[in-house]
Formats: sequence, structure tokens, C-alpha cells
Amino acid sequence: MIPATFEYVRARSVREAISLLQQHGGRAKLLAGGHSLLPLMKLRLSQPEMLIDLGPVDELRGIREEGGSLVIGALTTHDEVANSPLVRERVPLLAECASQIGDVQVRNRGTIGGNLAHADPAADYPAAALALEAQLECEGPAGSRTVPASQWFVDLLTTALGPDEVLCRVRVPVQTKGQGWSYIKLPHPASGYSLLGVACLVTVDGGVCRDARVAVTGAGPKAVRLTKVEQALVGKRLEEATVAEAARLASDGLEASDDLYASAEYKRHLAVVYTKRALLRAAERAAG
Amino acid sequence: MTGVRVSMTVNGVEYTRDVEPRTLLVYFLREHLGLTGTHVGCDTSTCGACTVLMDGKAVKSCTVLAVQAEGARITTVEGLARDGELHPIQQAFWDEHGLQCGFCTPGMMLAAVDLLQRNPNPTEDEIRHALEGNLCRCTGYQHIVNAVKAASRIMGAAVGAPAGGE
Repeated sequence: MIPATFEYVRARSVREAISLLQQHGGRAKLLAGGHSLLPLMKLRLSQPEMLIDLGPVDELRGIREEGGSLVIGALTTHDEVANSPLVRERVPLLAECASQIGDVQVRNRGTIGGNLAHADPAADYPAAALALEAQLECEGPAGSRTVPASQWFVDLLTTALGPDEVLCRVRVPVQTKGQGWSYIKLPHPASGYSLLGVACLVTVDGGVCRDARVAVTGAGPKAVRLTKVEQALVGKRLEEATVAEAARLASDGLEASDDLYASAEYKRHLAVVYTKRALLRAAERAAG
Repeated sequence: MTGVRVSMTVNGVEYTRDVEPRTLLVYFLREHLGLTGTHVGCDTSTCGACTVLMDGKAVKSCTVLAVQAEGARITTVEGLARDGELHPIQQAFWDEHGLQCGFCTPGMMLAAVDLLQRNPNPTEDEIRHALEGNLCRCTGYQHIVNAVKAASRIMGAAVGAPAGGE
């Protein structure tokens, strides 16, 4: 399978990419690692007339710590995130998530910015970004703006990114002592995408859960926070019975869709099972 | 359709060609350079038959545009042997019978090279995990895993490191 024809241009800087987007409007799409976009182009599900390759834009690479957050360049690969000593130490939830994306080859090419801008409903990072309350830094003709993950995912393959904007960096608050975390997923056996994945981050103080963030991906058109589960945990000790009871709320009102491999009913069931497992692992880690 | 000029180093040789932007790296290697050792399997970044090393890292060349490899160093299965001598991973696949039909073998070996560069002495678990992106429909994987273990021993011995334990 080969994509339909398109024009190809390499951007040398974010500025140049923005001006190319302005010139070519909705005809053009940005290309990072290509591991979300190219498969869709081969299937003709996406048919941009022009690809603007961000590959040469070095300012979009790298991971640094700044003011209590890690700032991760949009072109940073899943493999770089998964194996970065800084990410593993400061935001282990993100590293755990990145290490489960696709397979080694996919992680060597796929990028965090491409993943989040594409917003595949079964991608892994969106769940982690929601649980970590990441901030997405975009640049456009009018300057830069920051979008919280909670407002980023709009619908199926649709984000808050403007048509002439570039997602440049992802700012992720570092995890603190007393926080437990986990990302677990049931991968589709062929594609490696999540049939269902759950990210959670719990803050425990004096044995009691003070804050809980739980996000699920794979069930419906976009990743979502499970606020009912979160509310059922705050103020409680994260014992198995409490966690199991809260996890039962994971399917309550959860939008889920049937696909060739799994029914909506099965995905809602998985949401309960994986939420419980993810929370128990996070609770164990919070206890140290 | 106007071509785009692309230059890359493949197995140590520099090539410059004009290609259609939609040319996938795997077809560039096979059809423009005649390097047919890299196979097209599923064509959907699932099976790993098209795995090559791009700047030292295993990638699925069916999901990379040739133009994205501008300036890159590519290694295909044809580039593994040196001066007529098999690369340790090739020798190990031979010795351990790590293949039957051979279709997945180039991709398997290049994914294994990526693993052994990062982790010269992997456990069986680590080997299986590292080969998740490569499908074999013949062998049941056991002999492939044995071959990667054997290669780690050969390569460990070659640099004077302790031999890989079982």
C-alpha cells in the first residue's frame, strides 16, 4: 500500500512550518514520525495534498526540567521518553506509558507530539497526559498558547490544535513523593494499540488518598478522565475493597464503541477490571 | 509529479536519487537500490519484515518515507556481513536454526541487533519483549530466541566481556 500523491516540503524551523501552514491552509498536514499519519494515508483515510516535514526542526527535540515540570519537545520519540533517566525519575507514569506503546520499532519513530496531535482514540499517551494534567504548548501566527490536556482532546482524531498551529512542547508536572502511579493496557494483538488502557496517579498522605486522577483510553472516541471513580477514592484508604468499589464506577456513563475486535460492552467491562488493577498498583507504589 | 532529491547512506554507500515523495523507504531500498533483502510483509507496521536500522535504531521501513531518511545512515540485512564473514547474529541464526522459510529473518536479525546494542546480555524475557514487533509464522519463536542468546554470547566473547548466562 502506497499513499496517494502529495507535495512534500521540509520545514527548517517552527516559524517556517507555521508560515507554510498559513500559505497552504487545510490542504497541508504536519509530519513528525509519521507512525499515526502514514498508515492512514496508505488506507486513503487521510489524503493531505501536502506534507510539511518537521523532521529537520531540532528545536522540537529534547527533554529538560524547568520550574517543577519536564518540558518535552514534540519530536521526542516514545523510545527516548521511555528510556530517559530524567523522565523515569521525575514522571515515571509517562515513562511507563511510553514503554508500552506499539513495539520497539514504532517507539523508535513515533513522537509524543505526533501522537497527541493525532489523538487516535486508542493511543496510550492521551490517558497519561490527562492523568498527569499535562500542558500542551502550541505556536501559531498569533504567538504561543498553552492548552491543558483536559481541553485538548475534542473528539475522534480531533484536538484543540488550530489549523495553522504547531504543537511544540508538552509540559508535564513532575510527580511528587507520596504519589503512586500506573499505566496498564490490554493491547490489540496485531496493532499494539490499546483495546483499553488506564493511567492513574494517586496522592496518598497519612494512608489516606488526597487526590486521585484516573483516565481511560481506547473505549470511545477520545480518552477521558473517570471523575466518578476519582471522587469515590478521595478521603479513603486505598484498600482492595474500596478500590474495587470505586472501579465499578469506571463503566458508569463511559462512552464506548463497538469495533471488529471488541464490543462496547466488553470494553466497559475491561474499563472496570483495568481501573481496579491500575489503582491497586498505584496504591502499592504510593505506600512505597 | 516532481521528484524530491534524497541522499542517504545505505550499508556504508552514499546514494542520491530523485523520488516521488510518497515512496516508502522499503520500496526505495528494494526497487531503487535493488536491495531486496528487506521484505514487504504486512505493509501496516505490524509484522516487522521490513525492519532496517536507521541511524542505528530498528524501524519499520514500510512506515517511513524515503524522503524522511534524508541524511540518515541505513543498515539492511545486506550490510550485516563484513568481508565475507557473517555478522554474529547471522551466524547464530544459522547455528541455532533460527528460521524456516526465512521471510521474517532479515527483520528479526535487525531488531535483534538493535536489542544487542542496547543490552548486550539480554534475558529470555527481554529478547521476547524486544522482538514483539516481528512476526514469524513458522518457528514458534523458540529457535529465534535461542539464536539471539547465542549471538549475545558470540558478541560478548568477541569484546572480552563475560559470556551471556542462560
